[in-house]
Parts: sequence; C-alpha cells; structure tokens
Amino acid sequence: MQLVLEKRAERSNTIALISPLIAIGMTIVTMSILFAILGKNPLSALMVYFIDPLTDGYSLQEIAVKATPLVMIAVGLSLCYLANAWNIGAEGQFLMGAVAGSWIAVKTQGTDAGHWVLPAMLFMGAAAGALYALIPAICKVRFGASEILTSLMLVYVADLFLDYLVRGPWRDPQGFNFPTTAEFDPVATVPVLVEGGRLHLGAIIALLVVAGATVMLGRTIKGFEIRVVGAAPRAARFGGFNANQLILLTFAVSGALAGLAGIIEVAGPVGHLQPGISPGYGFTAIIVAFLGRLNPIGILIAGLFLALTFIGGEQAQIAMKIPLDVTKVFQGILLFYVLACDSLILYRFRLISSTRQVQSGAG
Amino acid sequence: MELVEAIILSVLAASTPLLLAATGELVTERSGVLNLGVEGMMIVGAACGFGGAWMSGSIIIGAICGMIAGTLMSLIFALMALGLAVNQVATGLALTILGVGLSGLIGAGFVGERITTAPHLYIPGLTDIPLIGHVLFGEDAFVYFSIALIIGVWYFLYQTRAGLILRACGDNHVSAHALGYGVLKIRTLAVMFGGACAGLAGAYLPLAYTPFFIPGMTAGRGWIALALVVFASWLPGRLVIGAYLFGAVTILQLHAQGWGIGIPSQFMSSLPYLATVIVLVLLSRARSGGSTAPAALGTVFVPDR
Amino acid sequence: MRKKLVAAAAAVLLAGSLSGAASAADKLKVGFIYLGPIGDLGWTYQHELARQAVVKEFGDKIETTYLENVPEGPDAERAIEQLVRAGNKLIFTTSFGYMDPTLKVAKKYPNVHFEHATGYKRDKNMSTYSARWYQGRYIQGIIAAKMSKSGVLGYIGSFPIPEVVSGINATILGAQTINPNIKVKIIWANTWFDPGKEADAAKALVDQGADIIMQHTDSPAAMQVAAERGKLAFGQDSEMIKFGPKAQLTSILDTWAPYYVARVKAELDGSWAESNTWGGLDSKMFEMAPYTNMPDDVKKLAEDAQAAITSGKLHPFKCPVMGQDDKAIECKGGDHLADDQIASMNYYIKGIDDKLPGK
Repeated sequence: MQLVLEKRAERSNTIALISPLIAIGMTIVTMSILFAILGKNPLSALMVYFIDPLTDGYSLQEIAVKATPLVMIAVGLSLCYLANAWNIGAEGQFLMGAVAGSWIAVKTQGTDAGHWVLPAMLFMGAAAGALYALIPAICKVRFGASEILTSLMLVYVADLFLDYLVRGPWRDPQGFNFPTTAEFDPVATVPVLVEGGRLHLGAIIALLVVAGATVMLGRTIKGFEIRVVGAAPRAARFGGFNANQLILLTFAVSGALAGLAGIIEVAGPVGHLQPGISPGYGFTAIIVAFLGRLNPIGILIAGLFLALTFIGGEQAQIAMKIPLDVTKVFQGILLFYVLACDSLILYRFRLISSTRQVQSGAG
Repeated sequence: MELVEAIILSVLAASTPLLLAATGELVTERSGVLNLGVEGMMIVGAACGFGGAWMSGSIIIGAICGMIAGTLMSLIFALMALGLAVNQVATGLALTILGVGLSGLIGAGFVGERITTAPHLYIPGLTDIPLIGHVLFGEDAFVYFSIALIIGVWYFLYQTRAGLILRACGDNHVSAHALGYGVLKIRTLAVMFGGACAGLAGAYLPLAYTPFFIPGMTAGRGWIALALVVFASWLPGRLVIGAYLFGAVTILQLHAQGWGIGIPSQFMSSLPYLATVIVLVLLSRARSGGSTAPAALGTVFVPDR
Repeated sequence: MRKKLVAAAAAVLLAGSLSGAASAADKLKVGFIYLGPIGDLGWTYQHELARQAVVKEFGDKIETTYLENVPEGPDAERAIEQLVRAGNKLIFTTSFGYMDPTLKVAKKYPNVHFEHATGYKRDKNMSTYSARWYQGRYIQGIIAAKMSKSGVLGYIGSFPIPEVVSGINATILGAQTINPNIKVKIIWANTWFDPGKEADAAKALVDQGADIIMQHTDSPAAMQVAAERGKLAFGQDSEMIKFGPKAQLTSILDTWAPYYVARVKAELDGSWAESNTWGGLDSKMFEMAPYTNMPDDVKKLAEDAQAAITSGKLHPFKCPVMGQDDKAIECKGGDHLADDQIASMNYYIKGIDDKLPGK
C-alpha cells in the first residue's frame, strides 16, 4: 500500500475556505509544544503573542504601521508571482526607492521648498523602484537569465550602495560624522494621521493599493492576462497574451510599490536615511504574499496578522522573556502549514495497492 | 611565509563553505529542485555542528551533527515541495526563516563557549615547500573533503548511470517518469544530499573558521552559494572556479584596504554580486537566448497514474 | 465561539489585573534595549553584565527587562515605547543608532527617563553617556609600539565614525611616543560584528606584515586568529583572553556597571537629572584588562601611562596634534584638544598613510 498525491479534477472550494484555519490551528498547536519545551506557559505565551497586542490602541496603531510596508510590497509581489515571474529582489527595490526619494529630501534640505517636495519624493521612490526591478526583468526577457537570482543579487548591491551614500556624500554635516542624513524637513515628512501615534498616510496609501489591485486583478483585461499567464501559459499564448510584456509590467509595478514603501518608511516613521533602513521587509513581504494566497484582500489580512506577531513577539520578550527567535520559528512554521494545507486544494491523497506499482518502475 | 601563499590559504578557507554548500545545491538543482533554503540549513548546521563538537570534544562528531541537522531540515523541504507539491520558492524561503530562528534557539545554550579548531595537516618536508607546501599539504580536513566531494559529484553526474538518470529528472521529468524512473524518490535523495552538504558547510564555520558559535554567523553565505550554482551554469568544474573566485574577491577586498588602495569598500564588497549578475546574463546569451538551467528546475511534478 | 470570547476576555482582564498588582508593589522598573544578542561576547554582552550587576545591587527594589536584537531602524522606536508602556521608568538604549528613536519617545513621555549610549542629542529627560576609550587606545599604542617587532600595527575598524577614528589616532599618538616611525594598516570591516569577516581581516593584516592586531569590532574572531598565528592582539569590549591566552596583551573593558548603578540609585532616590557623561579611567567608565603577555618593563610603561591619564597629568590629545597635511590642528581645549573636537574627529593624524574613507 502506498500513499500518493494526485491532482484533483478541479479545485476543492471547501478546502480553499478552511485551509487557512487548519493551518493556523496546527501552528498554534506546534507553537504550544515549543513554548512548553522552552519552559513557558503555552496559554500565556499565546495570549501575549496574539491577544494582548489587540487590546490597546497603541499596539493596534503599531500593527498598522508595521503592516503598511509589508502589504504594499506583498501586493506588488503577488502580481509577479501570479504571472510566474519570481521577484525576490523586493528588498533591493525598497532600498533604492528610499534612496531616490531621499535624494530630493537631502537636496532641498534647509531651503524653503514648498509642498511639492513630498509628492516628488514619493514619485521618485516609486520610479526608482520600478527601474531597479526592470533590471532583472529585462535580463530575464532579453537574455533568459533567472530572475530569482538576478533580483536577489541586486539586493546586496542596493544595500551596499545605500551604505556608501549615507557614509559618504549624503552624510549629515552636523552629525559628528555618523552615517545618517540630517533629519528631513517637515515638508519632506509623511504626515501622521493620529496625534501622538505613528499611524501615518502610508497606511491609507496601502489600503488604496489593496483596493486598486483587487479591481485590477478582478475587473481589468491586464489582470485577467496576469492570472492566465501564470496558471495556464499555453492557453495564454493561444489567447495572444504576451508573457514577456507581462513580466516587464509586473516587475515594474511591484518594484514601484516596493520603492514607494521604501520612501514612505524613510520619510515617515524614521525621518532620515540611514543604513539598515529595512529589517528585511522585502523578504517578509514574500511570506505575506504567500500567506495571503496571492490575493490582495488576503494579503491585507496576512500582513496585519504577521505584523501582529512581530509586535506580539516583542511584548513576549518583555513580559515573558521569550527570545525573539521564536517569532521567526513561528513565521516559518505558519508558512509551512499554510502552504501544505493549500496544496490540498489542488491535490489529494490516495492509497493505492502495490500491484499497480509495477508499471511505474523502480527508482 | 610568502604573502602570496598566505593569501591563497585565506582564500581557500573562505571559499570552502561556499564550495561545500554550492556542491550540494548543484546536485539538488540538477535533479530539478530549487531549494532556496540553503542559508537556513547552513545556520542550523552551524549551531548543531558546534554543539556536537563542544559536547563530545570531537570535530568529526560535530561535523556529523551538522550534516544530520542539514539533512533533517532538507527533509522538511522535501516533504513540502515533493510530497505535497508546494511551490518551491515559497518553501525554500520558509525554510530559511525557520532555520534562522531555530538556530538561534538551539545555539543559545552554546554562546560564549569555545572549542579547539580542526587540526591542519602537516607532513614534514612536503608542507614546508615554499609557495605550495601549505596550500597542498597543510589544509584541514574540510578543505580536502570539499575538493574530493566536488570531484566525486562530477564523476557521479557524468560517469555513472545513476547520475545520468538524475540529470534526466532535472531536464525532463515527464520523460524520466515515462521511462519508469522514480523521479520523486531521486529528487528526495538529491535534496537530502544538498541538505547534508549545507549542514556540513555551516558546521565548517564554527569548527574550523572561528571556533565559537554566534547567532547569524553564516552572514548570507547560503545565498552566495545559491548564486554560485547559477554562476557555474550548473557545471561542477565551473563551480570550483566560481567558489574560489568569490572567496578571492572577499579576501582581496580586505587586503586592498590594508595596502591603502582607496576604492570605497562598499564597492569592493558588491563585486561578487555584480559579477554574478553579469555572468548570468552572459551565460544565458551564449546559449542562444535560452537559460542553461536544468529545464525542469523549480517546476512542480506530480506523477500521473 | 461565545465561550471562547468570554474566556479570552476573562484572560485579558486577569492578565491586566496581574500586571496592575505588580506595579502596586512599587518596584522601579528599568529597561534595556540591546542591539545584538546578549551572547555576542562583546558590546551587548558587557551591557548585559552591567544590568546583572544592577540587579544584584538593588535586589528587590527593582525589576529589569531587556529587549535584544533590536535593529536600529523604525522598530527601535516601537521597542523603546513598548518598554515605556510596560511600566519601565528608566530606560537604557545601548547603541548610537537609537538616538533619534529615543529622542522621539522621550518627547512623548516626559516622566520617563532615558539614558542613551554614545549619542549627542539630549533632552530634559534624556541623558547621554559614553566612555573615553581613546585613553585606553593611547595606552594600547604604547604597548603595541614596544611589543611590535615589525613596526607595523594592524587595525580592524568597524565604521569610520569619530569614536573609531579618534581611537585610531590615539593609538598612533601613543605608539609614536615609543616609535616615531610606527606604521599602521587599517581595514574597515563595515560591520560591528561579523566573526568571519573580522577573522579574514585579521588574517589579511597579519599576512601583510602586522604583528600586533587591534580591533574596534565586537567579536573575538581577530583575537583567535592572532593566537593561531602567534601574534599579539588587544581585545575589545570584553575580556577576550579565553580566545588568546598567549596573545592578549590587554583589552578595553566596557564596565558600565558603576554608571548604571549610579543612575538607578539616582532614579530611586529621586535625584536623576539630565546629564552628559563622558567618563574615562578616572571615573571607571571603562577599565583595562590586566596587562599580560608582556615583559615587566612594558607593563610598567603601561601602568605609568594609565596612572598619568587617570590623574589628568597626561592627555592623549595633547597639543600640538599634527594632521596628515603636517599642519597643527587648532587647539581649542587649552593644552589639549577640546571634547567636542575629539567627539567629532573625522581626520587622521600625521603618521597614518591611508586616506579616511568618505572624505
């Protein structure tokens, strides 16, 4: 008797609905075991991780602040992944967007520039991100080079470039030679929505992005093309959809969104450009994209959920001395379970008897 | 000893973890599987390798622990990507994140401890030959093993039937399956091999490079190993060249600073990555517009009955 | 479903009331933000040791919390604010990059007191503190020049910020008192902490002829390489002699405990006030590890220098300090460079052949 995986005739809608719940449930069980091994009370730990951050306004705001870049980048990535174009370089596009937007902020520092500064910065950020993302896209379309690796390598290049700028030409002259630009002028800062909190305009932009993507994917021809090119490439070819053009388009859009997220983060919560501006948002966004099942609304939920675990993880460190590594383990395990459960939408298990194995041959 | 000889020795040591990890990933990718979780497997290998060596007092036991740890991590990957036909990119990334987190938890108990590093070979007479003596006869076991490994892999892939079948799985899994080969089984073995190599590469760092464990000590080497496989266009011979080239750029960048050469260090540090992109493009162009990767790399395969 | 909600709500209330009960006991809560893992055997490790000393000193009167591995970006502000919201009244943020986040949170919570390490921005409720490590570097320079046979020192720098640059300059000034022609090779690792890279840098320096290794990075990797290659080295932040029993000459030890204890005491008895503390050997803001692996006459030189610096008789940046262009640096502190000149030092002195990156 052998257990084999076989493709279903058509998607299972019941599984599609309940798989996230099963995944979350299994994750909670696994994490409880881990907490117990670490000598912590599983119930209190789960409480601190997931419930406590939801109980006060400050944490809720922080969840939104943390989720904003994640959701923006992940929506862009989902467009790429739906079209089977694997953009792994969102981190680099985020950084380049931050750099390009900051250029305007640095150049207009101290001058009495008007309110055009911030929109210009945002535009530059998006444009730079898009251009930077087009590099691996063009390499793929023109030369057939793997976009996974080219986009990944460019992340390191972007990181080092930012480092160079901030330690050299853009260093704050009043800053005792420390590697940071001067604080951005108020016109160059993303406005805060709630007095006393950190919730800023970026959150609204992120929501608009989610709405826009939902409409685009569901209602427009381009959106349809993107979904078909990824799911059924041959059908797409018959339909006249240009896969190359879609690769370029999706990379450019996702790069723009990542770059926009970058400059918003720099001009918002941080307020100046410095090395290490991103704690891995570009990579975490990949997880968010998959957790959200490449669907804009799903990504919004997944982004908020993941942000919740970051906040919860920090509170767990304070309240229960649970090491921060546990958050990473949790995120990895969650992603595994979601992916595993999701595979059951398209496939199912069957037990078959060994006699039928004769045809498939020995390995 | 001569400066040139000293530089070569440093380059060898720096390149060895890259070569070990990349060798494993090469075999994995030749079978058609893209495992992006190398960094996660390496760092877990580092934690377990150090732990094993520290608790037992033996480098060899440490190395074995590292390999086992890497293999176990890769089994998770195999279960997901091969058993459940899950998207390989997502699985690999999840493995990396899980690995980084796990290694922190496992390694937490070992931080602050130190061990004696792996001994270096010494053959009186031979090792003292100027310029090449230490390079050829004065290395530690990991370096010799890494060379033997890549030669063994080359032999396996191109001179044995089993290797041919593995490559077939990577180039055209449908045909391989039709011919009666157990594609999933072969891929699983390839993934496990990749995991063992990554684990060993990770264990090399605390066992032979710097004799202590610090969280995050792999510092992105796993990603470089991934790039190396592509840089080498999936050919073992080029992999060796690529690994030593990357190691050389890393080491020479530091020497350049010591000599007072004033190029910004960030630019020097970015050279390996830029070089990879350029090589990727050039290689793909050379193959008349197509990629040189195993044709079925990264695609999902579910055998139909 | 409703039962779960009720249970959850009850649990939340319970958790809330429990934390309320704790604060009713009136313990002072002190928080710490760490950049790296407490096991880094370097920078963060020393802050953690100091925190443990504080716990030991004040026992039941206080309760401490720490957050480790907090990156210096937007997360830092949240981490600090979370400590505030958890009831901590005195918070130590232990890295330069926390400067702006600390300032922002300080403005929001005027009743909470903040201590920021190695920064330069302050507020009514935000103090800064740092140590005059350049004093220790000067002593190290003297030892290095005496012990070096090749006359070439090897220096692994992290980033070309004033703290590191003034350390290099002080080292050379000290070394020049023994050997006016001392040479130094400098490698910038572009990281505070990367054992592999630090080991590679140490190997490169040794290969290029340096026989004394000095570092301004935080792991014991360089010390271990020096030990392996039979060279001598200086540790950084913490005792690294475990990694080089025959190699370590001395180490600059970040001994934050006396300062931390003093500040917690001030907070406890209500006398805490904004301050800028740049302490040196005299206030024990840092210490030198025992002088080892050197002959007695060198040890005596070092001890004499240490005594002279501690008593104020000797200042490492005694004027005239000559720049690389052979012109004297303007002397704003009387007979030695002024504090803000040292804190913003962004040039090499005469005797260093390299160009400072970023200029």
